[in-house]
Amino acid sequence: MEPIRDLKLTRRNLLIAGAASASTMAVPLAGAQPSAANAPANDTHPSTVTSGVKFTVNGKPVALELDTRTSLLDALREHLHLTGSKKGCDQGQCGACTVIVDGRRINSCLSLAVMHEGAEITTIEGLGTPDKLHPMQAAFIKHDGYQCGYCTPGQICSAVSVIDEIRQGIPSHVTGDLNVKPLLSVDEIRERMSGNICRCGAYSNIVEAITEVAGGQTGGKA
Amino acid sequence: MKAFTYQRATSTAEAAASAARNPNTRFIAGGTNLLDLMKLEIETPAALIDVNGLGFDKIEPTPDGGLRVGALVRNTDLASDPRVRKDYAVLSRALLAGASTQLRNKATTAGNLLQRTRCPYFYDTNQPCNKRNPGSGCAAIGGFTRHHAVVGTSDACIATHPSDMAIAMRLLDADVETVRADGSMRTIPIADFHRLPGNIPHIETALEPGELIISVKLPKPLGGVHAYRKIRDRASYAFALVSVATVILPDGTGRVAVGGVAHKPWRVEAAEQQWSQGAKAVADRLMAGARTTEDNAFKVPLVHRTLAAAMADAKKG
Repeated sequence: MEPIRDLKLTRRNLLIAGAASASTMAVPLAGAQPSAANAPANDTHPSTVTSGVKFTVNGKPVALELDTRTSLLDALREHLHLTGSKKGCDQGQCGACTVIVDGRRINSCLSLAVMHEGAEITTIEGLGTPDKLHPMQAAFIKHDGYQCGYCTPGQICSAVSVIDEIRQGIPSHVTGDLNVKPLLSVDEIRERMSGNICRCGAYSNIVEAITEVAGGQTGGKA
Repeated sequence: MKAFTYQRATSTAEAAASAARNPNTRFIAGGTNLLDLMKLEIETPAALIDVNGLGFDKIEPTPDGGLRVGALVRNTDLASDPRVRKDYAVLSRALLAGASTQLRNKATTAGNLLQRTRCPYFYDTNQPCNKRNPGSGCAAIGGFTRHHAVVGTSDACIATHPSDMAIAMRLLDADVETVRADGSMRTIPIADFHRLPGNIPHIETALEPGELIISVKLPKPLGGVHAYRKIRDRASYAFALVSVATVILPDGTGRVAVGGVAHKPWRVEAAEQQWSQGAKAVADRLMAGARTTEDNAFKVPLVHRTLAAAMADAKKG
């Protein structure tokens, strides 16, 4: 083994080497190569398959030809360049990718883009603009409902949906009486927002922001 | 993720026949569990059949006073349905205790029944797992087993079924209605739908190749006091350590089904015969033969105490 002092790796070289090995590793994933751990004896997988899909995003119709493996999140970010929706865990645990599809919030990372033919999709970019903020965006700024901001687009898409869900009378785990319309309380907001993780821990300010917006819309019930 | 062909099903019988002809096919509806497993290459279908267009998305009354829940009814819609909230509250409560709203908005009734264990050794493709790779062994046995099964286990597998909804379905004696590859229909009682692991833990349900769930039938309402108590490591959005579903009737009898303790929703009808003797008698019979480890021995007394709490609550009214 070479003595460690002979390894003349600069930080730059190390980064290049790292990138090279990362891209080498990515090749088998991009193609249809058998994976060592789980491949059946005779692999029947097709090579890359593409499929067309049309839906509307923030009111604009789009038509895409996509690898069938493309998640809705990747379609939005990589193909439509709507990078507001964030990829956090990519497995439905963090909620950073939350978007509103046909009036309901979903984790866009756990949904195939090609399954959304004809859907109406709203992302953070469709809720408001820097010049004309959605009331929830304004409330998050006012109440300091974020620190790094990475989870914020998902938090805001969820928060807007939470108010809508309570207005529709959809119950939650903390709703006391299932046969009575749920109230807009802090407990209800916290439970309903539990699918959106904020690693900076801005939760209490997020609850204040939602309470303010909901109060304005529901007559001050808190 | 492995590449796959994608098609939207337009006929139930054709979908079932096609899936049976091509064994490496999966049906997809909500996709919230399947896509996660496909990203990790634990599930590696070569073909996906999207069944969302087949129309099984309604909740309708049955002639015998029950409800027929379409396989595609989303968890949010099932939990919110006024008839379910009023007459099958334990089912609403179980659904609302599971996952997050984002997931419940996509997840379907049939998909919820078919979701796979969250055993971390099943998810870790570097580990042996008889469920993921039959015959490779079980890394969970002798590993960290806080979340694992304590009843109905085998030497091949100690994984739990993760569903909350299925616990309530088992309590209510629901029937799973399917279409088989030859186009015929059949009804599978929920008690027979999920399997214990035995020597073949990779076979998790009674479904045949290609067989497609089209609905779940709920018998006529039981009445009584319904409760679903879920004990977990945080107050929301976590899988159960133990969950206890109960329906307690005015005549002093009751039913109990338990989640988080077995490879399937755990209910022992003979234990319910002990109801008048109190929670300890019922839970002793329910959890008889439990095989625990240092990590998960707490689950047995936790079932006892949670059942006792549910029974005390019902008395209060």
